[in-house]
Amino acid sequence: MKRFVWERYWSVVKKEVIQIKRDRPSLAIALVMPLMLLFLFGYAVNTDVSDIKMAVWNQSPSAASRELVEQFVHTEIFQATASVSGYRELEAMLDEGTVDVGLVIGPDYTRKKDRGEPAHIQLLINGSDPNIARTAMSNAQLIVQHQAIALQEKNLQKQGLGELQLPLELDTRVLFNPNMESIVFNIPGLIGLIMQNVTMILTAFSLVREKERGTMEQLVVTPIRPLELMLGKITPYVGVGLFSFCLVLLVGTAWFGVPVKGSIGLLVALSVLFLVTTLLLGIFISTVAKTQLQAMQMAFALILPSVLLSGFMFPRDSMPVVIQWLGGLVPLTYFLEILRGIFLKGVGAEALWKDIVGMGAFSLLILAVAIGRFRKKIE
Amino acid sequence: MNVAIECQQLTKRFGERTAVNQLTLTVPKGSIYGFLGPNGSGKSTTIRMLCGLMTPTTGSGTVLGYDVMTQSEEIKQRIGYMSQKFSLYEDLTVEENLDFYAGVYQLGAAERKQRKAELIEMAGLTGREKQLAGSLSGGWKQRLALSCALLHKPELLILDEPTAGVDPVSRRIFWDVIHELAKQGITVLVTTHYMDEAQTCDWIGFIFFGNLLAEGTPGELIERMEANNLEDVFIELVRREEARQAAEGGAR
Ligand SMILES: Nc1ncnc2c1ncn2[C@@H]1O[C@H](COP(=O)(O)OP(=O)(O)OP(=O)(O)O)[C@@H](O)[C@H]1O
Ligand SMILES: [Mg+2]
Repeated sequence: MKRFVWERYWSVVKKEVIQIKRDRPSLAIALVMPLMLLFLFGYAVNTDVSDIKMAVWNQSPSAASRELVEQFVHTEIFQATASVSGYRELEAMLDEGTVDVGLVIGPDYTRKKDRGEPAHIQLLINGSDPNIARTAMSNAQLIVQHQAIALQEKNLQKQGLGELQLPLELDTRVLFNPNMESIVFNIPGLIGLIMQNVTMILTAFSLVREKERGTMEQLVVTPIRPLELMLGKITPYVGVGLFSFCLVLLVGTAWFGVPVKGSIGLLVALSVLFLVTTLLLGIFISTVAKTQLQAMQMAFALILPSVLLSGFMFPRDSMPVVIQWLGGLVPLTYFLEILRGIFLKGVGAEALWKDIVGMGAFSLLILAVAIGRFRKKIE
Repeated sequence: MNVAIECQQLTKRFGERTAVNQLTLTVPKGSIYGFLGPNGSGKSTTIRMLCGLMTPTTGSGTVLGYDVMTQSEEIKQRIGYMSQKFSLYEDLTVEENLDFYAGVYQLGAAERKQRKAELIEMAGLTGREKQLAGSLSGGWKQRLALSCALLHKPELLILDEPTAGVDPVSRRIFWDVIHELAKQGITVLVTTHYMDEAQTCDWIGFIFFGNLLAEGTPGELIERMEANNLEDVFIELVRREEARQAAEGGAR
């Protein structure tokens, strides 16, 4: 292995900086695109279910049955948007999708309740979106159970037996994201996903452009080494990426109100490592792609696996081991753990060392592969 | 004889097509070697193999004593190359292009300043240092490319059609520079389609369909072919080769 020459590396850095500065539109895209995507997806990727549209068929109108409906609406998970007077009407609405659930209160509800007999109510749920269906079902069960206990208590009091003592109670305390808002969980992941894909394209383009314009031919007849060229190319983009990352971070915390519990310094330091990794991934793409269009297509082809395998959408723990291994080939996987760890749990480097080492190892691997693939030839 | 370039049976195939076929040639040190041939005859491909830009399919060769198959990095340190298509950075100025290549060739600060001044003067680029390379006209671009190729004082200069699309005045200036360099002992391998330029070379190699058809000094070639000038030699060689290939094709 021949010596790494700083002078040649530094020449490439200076040249790239000048070219980036002259190419204003590309620079603007690199800086503004992540912000736009964050705004767009920040609102779109919201997995919290609320305001499920509910049609009510109340066949036993009374204060008691209205109170029950009130209990549903009060949680803000259900929203009574229609009242119907028959199964056919209700089913039509479920078919059309104008409502997602139908609450059916039978004609004998009030009577049975007054007598203290067990009454039945029915909930019809549109199960096509399992997430909505699950939320509707579990919440409806809770509401009804709660109401049942309250009624039981009243009955016991009437009979002079005093307070109802429940034999078993669960005390829960949610750590890290006490309100369980999905946005708090999603924004850090989004920041990582957006940064990965925007920065990857920057370097992929930068090297392929030299092939397309023919400047590569002059460059490869010089004594420059692939490592000097590649590191020289990514260095200025680390700066661009970091600036962009800080912008996105600022918007994520200030606009979307997602606080960073841990150290901002550590977050920025590790994001530099992440940027280097994704920029190297871009360089790798450009050793495969011949045109900017191909580079773009390859970068896009990587988006889906990063969304699905990294743990961005689905928890990695519940994936088959082979798939988990595949996720290790996506830099976002490591960075997601780091982001969520620092954002939500406020942990330090000692809790994240596995991901830091993993990401470092991955970046060295991809650099080695890129250098191995890069030929100082033009065929 | 002291040789700069020597190659035997150099062959390059692109799939089915043979671009260069068993080419054997010798370029003596300190000479100007003109490489002639019709479009698509394999001149650029030969040059790219000699520069280490392409790996020959078969054959062997040395450039400045280094093997073209295995020592292309050593070769790259010592040669200056100008490709057929302008391949400097159009979004960089004249000076920034020179600075970049000076850095890549590891010129020290003092040497860099001196070489830049010399080459800008030589190429007549004075006053255009801050102009973007992309906005230079054809002749100026070529002179800038030559300056960049000369920054590190190469022993061998390889020029692929340096004067294509260049006006007669600029061509004259360009060739004056080439002859001046040869006087300083630099070997020059140059391709061209202009016979007046070829006439001033020390050696001529003529290539067609990837085969070297004739080699010698301009005078020798004219004499051997009983022609009036190099242009007639060129046309006659092409005519004969085509006739020969037609005959071969007919015989088969
Ligand atoms: N990378 C390549 N892939 C496939 N074929 C190629 C490649 N480069 C050159 N060729 C073919 O090889 C042949 C020789 O091309 P080459 O560029 O060496 O010719 P040339 O003598 O330089 O022509 P010109 O005078 O037009 O520059 C041509 O038929 C060309 O189409
Ligand atoms: Mg050519």
